[in-house]
Amino acid sequence: MEKQINRLELTASQVLRNKILEALGNGVLFSIAALAAIAVLFIIYFIAKDALPFFQSKHLLEFFTSSSWYPTAEPVKFGALAIFAGSALVTIGSALVAIPLGVSAAVCLSDVLPFSLRQYVKPVIEILAAIPSVAYGFFALVVFAPLLQNSGGTFMATAWLVIATPVIAILSIVFADLLTTNIKDAKLRKISRTATTICLFIISALLLIFIAATLKSIQIMSGTNALNVSIILGIMALPTIVSVAEDSLQAVGREIREGSYALGATRAETLVKTILPAAKSGILAAILLGVMRALGETMVVWMASGNAAQIPTPFYNFLEPVRTLTATIAGEMGEADQSTGSMQYHVLFAMGLCLLIFCFICNLISEWVVRKERKKLGA
Amino acid sequence: MKKILSAVAALVIVGSTVVTAAEETLVLDGSTTVGPIAKAFAEYYMSIYPEVNITVSESGSGNGAKSLVNSDCDIANMSRFMKEKEFKAAAEKGIMPVAHVVAMDGLAVIVNPANPVKGFTVEQLRDIYTGKVTNWKEVGGPDKAIVVISRDTNSGTYETFYNLIMTHKIDGESVKEKIKDGAEYVGSNGAVRQRVATTPTAIGYVGLGYLDRSVKALPVNGIMPGKETVASGTYPIARPLYMFTNGYPKLGSHTFRFVTIYLSEKGQEIVEDIGFIPMTNY
Repeated sequence: MEKQINRLELTASQVLRNKILEALGNGVLFSIAALAAIAVLFIIYFIAKDALPFFQSKHLLEFFTSSSWYPTAEPVKFGALAIFAGSALVTIGSALVAIPLGVSAAVCLSDVLPFSLRQYVKPVIEILAAIPSVAYGFFALVVFAPLLQNSGGTFMATAWLVIATPVIAILSIVFADLLTTNIKDAKLRKISRTATTICLFIISALLLIFIAATLKSIQIMSGTNALNVSIILGIMALPTIVSVAEDSLQAVGREIREGSYALGATRAETLVKTILPAAKSGILAAILLGVMRALGETMVVWMASGNAAQIPTPFYNFLEPVRTLTATIAGEMGEADQSTGSMQYHVLFAMGLCLLIFCFICNLISEWVVRKERKKLGA
Repeated sequence: MKKILSAVAALVIVGSTVVTAAEETLVLDGSTTVGPIAKAFAEYYMSIYPEVNITVSESGSGNGAKSLVNSDCDIANMSRFMKEKEFKAAAEKGIMPVAHVVAMDGLAVIVNPANPVKGFTVEQLRDIYTGKVTNWKEVGGPDKAIVVISRDTNSGTYETFYNLIMTHKIDGESVKEKIKDGAEYVGSNGAVRQRVATTPTAIGYVGLGYLDRSVKALPVNGIMPGKETVASGTYPIARPLYMFTNGYPKLGSHTFRFVTIYLSEKGQEIVEDIGFIPMTNY
């Protein structure tokens, strides 16, 4: 008996060996985990180091205030305002495409579609993320740009009708309900409700047709413009937004849904008043991730945005070519003389730093929102 | 005796092969436009003379000239002729630059095949690219706005166009005009052609090798772009590409053989493959 116990006990050297092994294992794993963090720090350090000479130069003011970008002319002009505006325009445009589509697709996937169908639809949407961006760019340049040039008006009018008709139909029914909800008499209420709905339908149909006709008459000069890349980038950002938002909608949990139904809420009320508010931090995180994807995308904008360093007139004109920060960096890095440390080389790093800072802020915001929401739920 | 003789002979042979096998190096520096030609020549040359080691750097024509003046390279690749200043600096250091025109570089101005415009003058092209002319009717076309397409500023194609069209002399002073803000920049010759082929109101320019039926090349100053007009120098958007050596290279030296590759049939093939116009016509 005693002998057995002795065999189970570890000798001093074995204990030491185990301790060393444990420390070693921990160390290796820690350093692997730290590697990612160190890589990020190094990237920030090296970009900032090469951007610094530009921020110390006399070109700093014109960088943010002028829109004449002539990095190789004599004298050089580094006015990047138009490029910042281009990046902003394209990002906003793609957000306008991706957010309504992505969030409604996520809602549809998590709460509307039957489970059996969802299993097929979600992977299909996620395939969008597997298409290389150069393929998107090729499509935008070779297929989409000529389409916009030849029948851009028809395309926009059709898109408007397809998207706006159901939205306006639902809105007019809801409005008619809201307007007549105070009428006490049931019969009168029913009649006036129908009448209001028909009235709103006619008004909105006229509006729809008027806007569609206006859109149809537009002739697009150049198909490689902000609209083209906004739509393509919006589609590229979709899988990110759909999967993250859908996960957060799923995370809301069955009890909350059942509670809402038990209180007599309809499915629409449950969705709008219960589930969406409960999942809003996750949805916001999804949106920010998607927007950052659009902001950082390079290949598509380099191929299909036209790369004209100008602020469109008026500034929200999506039908003119624009140039983004990412495309400028990608397109001009080759000619910027690294060995002589030319100012053009440093200005590109300054742009990279601006992009990095913006994405960093986006990330911080989403992190902050998620954390705040978690605290609220916890309390 | 015979044995000794053969041993000596063997020694001599071994010795001489050792001497010839001693690596000789040729250093080339300069233009990014000429760089591809120099690299292809170097590859070809080293396949024939494996004992020669050739390095090609692309630091720009100006740096190429500087290297030659400082004796840092044997051959300077340049997409322009040497400036007076550079000649002077060379003479002060006892260097005598000699130019060898190895190929011609030509650009075709292209429009959509549906465009009825018949041709341009160099001034009209400059006005279109600076934004002074914005409508096709001002150059004899329909009343439609012009979509201006340019290669990205990273490319040799852009550089050629910029130097030959956007740069002009006013009262003897060379003035560099700016391409207008609204011009679209495209990343490759093929993409320019693609954009022009699908855009009825577009204008662009590509290397001669990229012309095909999907676009229409127009005469500039009344001269159609082509091998003959570019090689003879009558077509206005063409320029010679140079290799500069220090003095005329000694006949039979590696430098001599290298800068005369362009005269051979293989040299012509290489130049054509890269998309430039060769000086010979076999």
